Amino acid sequence: MDLTRRTLLKTQAAAAAAAAAGVSIPAEAQNIPTGEDIQLQWSKAPCRFCGTGCGVMVGVKDGRVVATHGDMQAEVNRGLNCVKGYFLSKIMYGNDRLTQPLMRMRNGQFAKDGELQPVSWDRAFDEMAKQWKRVLQEKGPEAVGMFGSGQWTIWEGYAASKLMRAGFRSNNLDPNARHCMASAAVTFIRTFGMDEPMGCYDDFEHADAFVLWGSNMAEMHPILWTRVTDRRLSHPHVRIATLSTYEHRTTDLSDMALIFKPNSDLAIMNYIANYIIQNGAVNREFVERHCNFRLANTDIGYGLRPDNVLEQRAQHANDAQVSHPSSFEDYARLMSQYTVEKASELSGLPKERLEALAKLYADPKVKVMSLWTMGFNQHVRGVWANHMVYNLHLLTGKISEPGNSPFSLTGQPSACGTAREVGTFSHRLPADMQVTNPEHRKHAEEIWKLPHGLLPDKAGYHAVQQDRMLKDGKLNAYWIMCNNNLQTAPNTNNETYPGYRNPANFVVVSDPYPTVTAMAADLILPTAMWVEKEGAYGNAERRTHFWHQLVNAPGDARSDLWQLMEFSKRFTTDEVWTKEILDAHPEYKGKSLFDVLFANGEVNKFPVAEIDPAYENRESKSFGFYVQKGLFEEYAAFGRGHGHDLASFDTYHQVRGLRWPVVNGQETRWRYREGHDPYVEKGSGVQFYGNPDKKANIMGAPYEPPAESPDGEYDLWLVTGRVLEHWHSGSMTLRVPELYKAFPGAVLFMHPDDAAKRNLRRGQEVRIVSRRGEIRSRVETRGRNKVPPGLVFVPFFDASQLINKVTLDATDPISKQTDFKKCAVKVVSAATADAGGQQ
Amino acid sequence: MRRGVFLCLVSIVPCLAAGAILAQDAPRLRGPEPFTREVPAPPMQRQITDDVRVGRNYPDQPPVIPHSIEGYAVDLNANKCMSCHARKFTEQSQAPMISVTHYQDRAGNTLGGLAPRRYVCVSCHVPQTNAKPLVDNIFMDMDALTEPERQPARGRH
Repeated sequence: MDLTRRTLLKTQAAAAAAAAAGVSIPAEAQNIPTGEDIQLQWSKAPCRFCGTGCGVMVGVKDGRVVATHGDMQAEVNRGLNCVKGYFLSKIMYGNDRLTQPLMRMRNGQFAKDGELQPVSWDRAFDEMAKQWKRVLQEKGPEAVGMFGSGQWTIWEGYAASKLMRAGFRSNNLDPNARHCMASAAVTFIRTFGMDEPMGCYDDFEHADAFVLWGSNMAEMHPILWTRVTDRRLSHPHVRIATLSTYEHRTTDLSDMALIFKPNSDLAIMNYIANYIIQNGAVNREFVERHCNFRLANTDIGYGLRPDNVLEQRAQHANDAQVSHPSSFEDYARLMSQYTVEKASELSGLPKERLEALAKLYADPKVKVMSLWTMGFNQHVRGVWANHMVYNLHLLTGKISEPGNSPFSLTGQPSACGTAREVGTFSHRLPADMQVTNPEHRKHAEEIWKLPHGLLPDKAGYHAVQQDRMLKDGKLNAYWIMCNNNLQTAPNTNNETYPGYRNPANFVVVSDPYPTVTAMAADLILPTAMWVEKEGAYGNAERRTHFWHQLVNAPGDARSDLWQLMEFSKRFTTDEVWTKEILDAHPEYKGKSLFDVLFANGEVNKFPVAEIDPAYENRESKSFGFYVQKGLFEEYAAFGRGHGHDLASFDTYHQVRGLRWPVVNGQETRWRYREGHDPYVEKGSGVQFYGNPDKKANIMGAPYEPPAESPDGEYDLWLVTGRVLEHWHSGSMTLRVPELYKAFPGAVLFMHPDDAAKRNLRRGQEVRIVSRRGEIRSRVETRGRNKVPPGLVFVPFFDASQLINKVTLDATDPISKQTDFKKCAVKVVSAATADAGGQQ
Repeated sequence: MRRGVFLCLVSIVPCLAAGAILAQDAPRLRGPEPFTREVPAPPMQRQITDDVRVGRNYPDQPPVIPHSIEGYAVDLNANKCMSCHARKFTEQSQAPMISVTHYQDRAGNTLGGLAPRRYVCVSCHVPQTNAKPLVDNIFMDMDALTEPERQPARGRH
């Protein structure tokens, strides 16, 4: 049945005409391709978006992704995707993909104030290396830095960590995950001595109650929400309680929607702890055997610049992280202040509803899963908030068993896998090790086959500090990869943009698309994304999962991994390491960073012949060895035998991910619990073995007020966040027409009474003004988010409404994570402002 | 022939992309130029409510919603979407029935009604506005790739 294109068109026309006339036509006229023609090559991959880590099947034809669907075999999502996941097929095909490096030039030379012009990779790296060497020579390693991502693949983060710490000898490496879950990560270490959740997604099918703290799962983790709703609707006894500062799609499906005043979550949790203590609901045996008590330093400031009055007034701004050993009695005394009356007053919630919530935790028969995301983590007391929820689970012993699970959700696909496990934070090394610990540095130097004393011992600049140091001219050579920080950092007009355009600085941005950040760079490097490279991510439940390269990136776009490794070739040890180190270890003299970091006998151990012949692998072909396998196996050596065991590289290409520790081929679903976790000794029941005494810390901390609250002039709370259809700054999803058309621009969600009070109508243009800056937006008084009077919500995906010009760069002083959920703004009509000549 | 055209496209794309960045003004994608400038907020877009079905990009794409869903309750008490799209109501409503996949639970068992895990329709099905895409998307439909190969004398490679 061969048809030429012309006859095909003719038969189509005939079929349409026949259909219109109501006649049937002969079978051979139907234009349905069959057989081999319509076969696609299907491969597995994790979704590119959030930390849920759904599996997708990706269909490829003629070198292009033509279809995706939810992977039936993926345990996380069993065939489902959210609307973003279903449109993954289109994220790589925005017609403005970057396909060659672009550098700011004038008269054929690099010029900070020049125009962006296409250059070759050689030219780009030449200029970049020249600038890096200049800065290293003039100011040393502390003046170079890199801002990475929880969207980096595991080996990209690992290669970046090696290049920055061991190559350039700088710990000024931080991921955008700092803005996302640093509070969660830091509190895991402070409480359990080990990062990441003890439980896993299987808890969804075992819990009797779900308590959501500052998490709009229905929009931000939609597939996990399907597991919660499945449980709730299939089992009538199950209850969902959602605590939030406004109503949204998650509260629509909650039994209890508790809308509290911003920051009062601290008081609510302490009240629940008090309720548990007062009502004899403490699991005494569990607490005595498995917990220590500590009290945190209080009055710890807000992570603002040191000259800010709030920092100068704070008693413990400089030792915010310190806590002191304490006792149950002291802890109970602190909690006893948090009566239901006090919690009710601070939160604005009725006493009965607070009691109903407390009972869920206190009732030993109710298995509780607590879930939280940015409402907790982006919080000036984010670490305390995380502690306080662990306190509730530890006091009642509701932890590390099916259904009893304090569970920190993550926002990025490899926030856990890359930012945390690989350790791309400015203070971390792989497998929970710290740069300030000499034993840990020594261990890393051994695995990396590098001279002792090479790794820098001082924690580097964290995300917000990097921006400040760029602005202050102390950080001068800066590489931004896999994120859009100029759109997503706080207080960008005053603290981020000035640093990027500071003439003392050379700023490089690697990205697939021309983002806000890329457009402010001196050099833009075109980057391969998602299935244009072989990759690995680690999701929120400790699941490590892999994918193959399925298509080629357009033009000269290359993966972050290739960029990092190729750039390392342009430096020799003599240029970047000290004379003392090289004199003590002359065998390293004169070698390139590529040689010592990547051609070290480990990373280059596996030949390209081991690559699955069904798949392309551009990086490996370029470097002549199986790059991803070498990096992964070297990296895995950090965790094997230390509670972070990963399976073999090849295994992950076969399975739909495994949850570490993977011991004897078995994944671990519930850590710290005998019978589930092979690291727990027989007969002990529970061991929080991350800490030397195998006990977890219950940390007492009080309620403290936020950095900025509404007042007479700036009279509204501003909360920022995401919407279902767009992911983070929207650089991928805004380029998918269906997603864009579903939610085409940011709006200001406002209570109708607040709008009426200001003479504003739905759809009207307004200015949103804070002490830092202002943007224009449109009023929305209906729709999915129902905010209470006195509070407004603005999503941050829209680059024409850069709400982070308005936000405050206050952070949790311990985790250094920004509070994007609380600052004070006023909203006025844009027309009034124009008439008044205030522009 | 096809290959020739493809190579030609590859060679001009880089210049186009670079040119496009410099020439286009798309603050919604790239931010204002310069960054510090304040740009007016475009008007809110009208929802598409023409009830005309929109084709799918591939079989597993959830169809978009061609009507308004404003005020639709999807909560513990009611699911407004199902009042037209449930099997028993489609004859009356003439709305498409929810997909048969929506009758399967997590384990793949077929149920008598909407699977609880599929309860939140708007996680996957979204309405559309008349906003004009900010940039072309050059995703190619598999049929567009398949069709030329059906021509004679063009064997599969």
